[in-house]
Amino acid sequence: MTRQAAIVGGNRIPFARSNSKYARASNQDMLTATLDGLVARFGLQDQAVGEVVAGAVLKHSRDFNLTRESVLGSRLSAATPAYDVQQACGTGLEAAVLVANKIALGQVESGIAGGVDTTSDAPLAVNEDLRHALIALNNAKTLPQRLKALSGLRPGQLVPDVPRNVEPRTGLSMGEHAAITAKEWGITREAQDELTVASHQHLAAAYDRGFFDDLVTPYLGLTRDQNLRPDSSLEKLATLEPVFGKGEGATMTAANSTPLTDGASAVLLSSDEWAAERGLPVLAHLVDAQTAAVDYVHGGEGLLMAPAYAMPVMLARNGLTLQDFDLYEIHEAFASTVLSTMKAWEDPAFCAEKLGLDAPLGPIDRSKLNVHGSSLAAGHPFAATGGRIVASLAKALHEMGPGKRGLISICAAGGQGVVAILES
Amino acid sequence: MSDWYRDFANSGVGTTITKQFGLPRPAVLRRYAPGDPLLPGPAVIGSAGEGRLREELTSLLTEAGVTVLSPAADTEKLSAVLLDATGLTTPADLASAHDFLAPAVKRLRPNGRVLVLGDPPSETTSPAQSAARQALDGLVRSIGKELRAGATANLVYVPFGAEASIASPVRFFLSGRSAYVDGQVVTVSPADLPAGEDVDRPLAGKVAVVTGAARGIGAAIARTIARDGAHVVAVDVPAAGQALAGVANEIGGTALQLDITAPDAAARLVEHLRERHGGVDVVVHNAGITRDKLLVNMDTARWNSVIAVNLQAQLDLTQALLDADGVLRDGFRFVCVSSTSGIAGNRGQTNYAASKAGIIGMVRAFAPGFASRGGAINAVAPGFIVTEMTAKMPFGTREVGSRINSMQQGGLPVDVAETIAWLSQPGSGGVNGQTVRVCGQSMLGA
Repeated sequence: MTRQAAIVGGNRIPFARSNSKYARASNQDMLTATLDGLVARFGLQDQAVGEVVAGAVLKHSRDFNLTRESVLGSRLSAATPAYDVQQACGTGLEAAVLVANKIALGQVESGIAGGVDTTSDAPLAVNEDLRHALIALNNAKTLPQRLKALSGLRPGQLVPDVPRNVEPRTGLSMGEHAAITAKEWGITREAQDELTVASHQHLAAAYDRGFFDDLVTPYLGLTRDQNLRPDSSLEKLATLEPVFGKGEGATMTAANSTPLTDGASAVLLSSDEWAAERGLPVLAHLVDAQTAAVDYVHGGEGLLMAPAYAMPVMLARNGLTLQDFDLYEIHEAFASTVLSTMKAWEDPAFCAEKLGLDAPLGPIDRSKLNVHGSSLAAGHPFAATGGRIVASLAKALHEMGPGKRGLISICAAGGQGVVAILES
Repeated sequence: MSDWYRDFANSGVGTTITKQFGLPRPAVLRRYAPGDPLLPGPAVIGSAGEGRLREELTSLLTEAGVTVLSPAADTEKLSAVLLDATGLTTPADLASAHDFLAPAVKRLRPNGRVLVLGDPPSETTSPAQSAARQALDGLVRSIGKELRAGATANLVYVPFGAEASIASPVRFFLSGRSAYVDGQVVTVSPADLPAGEDVDRPLAGKVAVVTGAARGIGAAIARTIARDGAHVVAVDVPAAGQALAGVANEIGGTALQLDITAPDAAARLVEHLRERHGGVDVVVHNAGITRDKLLVNMDTARWNSVIAVNLQAQLDLTQALLDADGVLRDGFRFVCVSSTSGIAGNRGQTNYAASKAGIIGMVRAFAPGFASRGGAINAVAPGFIVTEMTAKMPFGTREVGSRINSMQQGGLPVDVAETIAWLSQPGSGGVNGQTVRVCGQSMLGA
């Protein structure tokens, strides 16, 4: 038995800038509130869904069972199973794919996919030197041994290990990696700023027309994404100094890169029958998905270029071209990432040499790209972005009528990428 | 938000002091809880004039488990005094009303009920007859002002042919659901009413929309209607979404974030009700805002926003639901929240009072069309209701505002909600085009 999973709807809390409105909220608080908003929207109080799958990228060790604990704190039935996943920024979309696959196989009739991240309440760990010293102290059996172990303690060891937004294997931040790719592909500052302004304007317009009324539930006094600047303009963005890349030719600023953000999202998926029995809508179906990974350490490929590799595999499997879509959602980790990816798909050399294609995938109609804004405007709480995109795209396709196709592309740390097709 | 003065007046030392000094002694009101009997004690039923409702009233009370005593026979304290005053022909007939009521009201228990039923004054061409019928109005309202200890007096006008419509209002006015409804006059009309009703879950299986449901009176309405068995679609502006989701999850309803003044609000509401619930039975227009200023200082924005939310949105949504094919289900009920400010006027609230008075006119005009389709629409006008909003009033203003009524206390959001839940019942179809105040018989706009 296989069938396509239906996307019934979604919910998220507005995304907040780091150390601001949600500074005192934990991942569990935000995920629970997001689940409760979804429950209220679809009348799921005390109901058990087949499975809740969610994750966080920055996660405290106490949150080992984050999703299940959030379910227990929510208005869902306590008989709802849950598990955590983590694939960096691909977490939310990967969670949706996992739920959709179980629905497709008939293993569950319904499920919720989600993700949450807080950069305000990031897990601080004991300093590695201190940990070693304490282990030595613990293993010491005699007084002299203990004294010797204690003598190894230094004030500097009290400084905790703070998680950093860097690739462990290169020591470069994601922004620095993206800057290298931007330079390789010759992505201009102007093109990045244009994409950024469009993101803000699209998101603001979508809020104004009530598009997010059934996608977002306010949280802790925040009613819209805190990063959103409806009055954003090319002139204003042009005044910003670059923050990633070095010296002459640096193009990436704080505006055309996503800021650190806190937030959570959730998507309700089910079989068509499950939705129909409850009078719930089917916005779209999750048709297919594909992941890919690149060797950004030694292979000479950009850290965030993996979606470029995943895409042709998925398109070929479905007999589709890159132009066969009504809407495109390319996650705006950085404006340059979106532009580099699209440029790669248009590039005959890249498509032939790297992707092994006879012809390039070709261009994307920019008027169909990120039409309700994306991460540059909304912000990007790592694991929450996939759920935001899936729910928004499903609703947008539903509004356009039946048979409309949407494409999702999300890059992730570690040189990974997830792409997916939705169809209304 | 407890009523400190009421609690004091009902304490041991407070009782002594308030009696000694002749201070107001607000009662702890009898409020309805599921499973409560209609009345905690016996009732008497008297007649003035011909009286055509006495048998009906007696069987109604007996079926509800109330012991109906003979007026003369007993000295037992009474929970309710009912007077069937239908059939009055001249003012002289009123003497028999007095003869019955005076000794009976004297025997009334705390939180007792006086309910008078008469013929509508408008339904006769005889000046004497009309005078006698209208006289009941002054009589009942005055009894309401004389009663103490949480007792109320209300009047139901019953035209010929509408006798079957009295059951629902009689039950309401006698029950704890009407705790803060006093000195009110309701005229019933003939209606097709369902036989038999689950008294404790009269809205079982119904779908109800409540606007402005995130907090305050709206949240209380949502809770009360859900308690009575309905699935509540709780509506509020998107910005109130977190509280709205909390209410929906508490009562097992659903949250619909919607700005009712948006151009496509009506279309979205209709579509939502059709797709998710296959229609709607009850619509409660509760959403409202205040933008207070003296008229001379009020800018156009304040004026327009209040009219848009409080009045125009109710008109537009109601019309859209009436026009939508197959969305309103048989026996649909609309209840619109007005205000005593719309009846009495209020300094600094020209915009608000205009909008709330407008609702009364709107309801009256919609009513015949509703009746012809088996529906009903009514307005409820709250008086001084204790909410987060009144908690922010200055102490003196709040204390005076809450005491100048026959109950000597402010009402609670649940009092408004109970009245709305009553008007939402399938059995309340004989109440249509009416405005019922929930004001404890406030001296304002009386």
